[in-house]
Amino acid sequence: MGIEAYLFVSVALFALGIICIVSRRNILYVLMGIEMILNASSINFAAFNRFNGGGIDGQMFVIFIIILAAAEAAVALAIVLNVFHLFHSVKPSEADLLRE
Amino acid sequence: MSELNRQRLFYTVLAFLAFGSAGKGLLEAGVEGLMFSIFASLTLGGAAVCIWERSVVRSAFALMATFLGVAGFFLILGSDFLAMAQVLIYVGGVLALLLFGVMLTKPDLNERSLPRIGAATALIGGGIAFLVSQMVGVGVKTWAMAETLEEPTTKAHDIGIAFLDPKQYVVAFELAAFLLTVALVAAVYIARRRTEDFTPEEGQV
Repeated sequence: MGIEAYLFVSVALFALGIICIVSRRNILYVLMGIEMILNASSINFAAFNRFNGGGIDGQMFVIFIIILAAAEAAVALAIVLNVFHLFHSVKPSEADLLRE
Repeated sequence: MSELNRQRLFYTVLAFLAFGSAGKGLLEAGVEGLMFSIFASLTLGGAAVCIWERSVVRSAFALMATFLGVAGFFLILGSDFLAMAQVLIYVGGVLALLLFGVMLTKPDLNERSLPRIGAATALIGGGIAFLVSQMVGVGVKTWAMAETLEEPTTKAHDIGIAFLDPKQYVVAFELAAFLLTVALVAAVYIARRRTEDFTPEEGQV
């Protein structure tokens, strides 16, 4: 398998992530779409790490992506809970105030 | 078309695509191709089901297939530590957080609109397919790639050494630790219950 196959899967997952973000009206789907996009970029980094003659740099990038995703998920979940508490809805378009 | 027939059609098409890609991979590249197409089907099929399903719980569990597929990609790319971290953090952590989000909010079950999904798929899929078709002409080989591919030799031990070596990643490692601490404390602070949320009882302010 050449690197192109991995890049195709990655770009398809990226597209699905964006479709998930723009086509659903629920904040949780936006979070899921972001996770898909981050995973797509992880596949890219791992593939380039493998096909660029070994080494460790690509894997380091992936580890930092995973760390960022974990931090992002925790903060985003807290924000989602607060938004639901304030607006009694999880529609992204209804959260239009900073303070009730 | 009724909801049940739509579900049947969607999952039949998905299963045909998965089996077709598995057969194609097996014919073209042997066992490696088979593994690749299984993981690709898991990844992309999970993402497609996640977009398609009406219920958030089903979408979250479909996302688990995506995460496991990506972990499989890490395995066949020779990054076994990444595969382990992917399963541990995504499936064990991020997915559990998403499920907490599902349980603590009230989703609108009629929010999925197929025309919107179709329009988004057509627009974004078309745009990205156009970009990819432009890239394919250039070819990846011109800006990447070692000529020969040796066996992957990276072990978790090497990653640990690289994290703590002052010449390599120790600053980034400390920054990541700091970021995680700040983010998690901030998440707890944001998500806490405020005192005015509770109805004051006798003797309490």
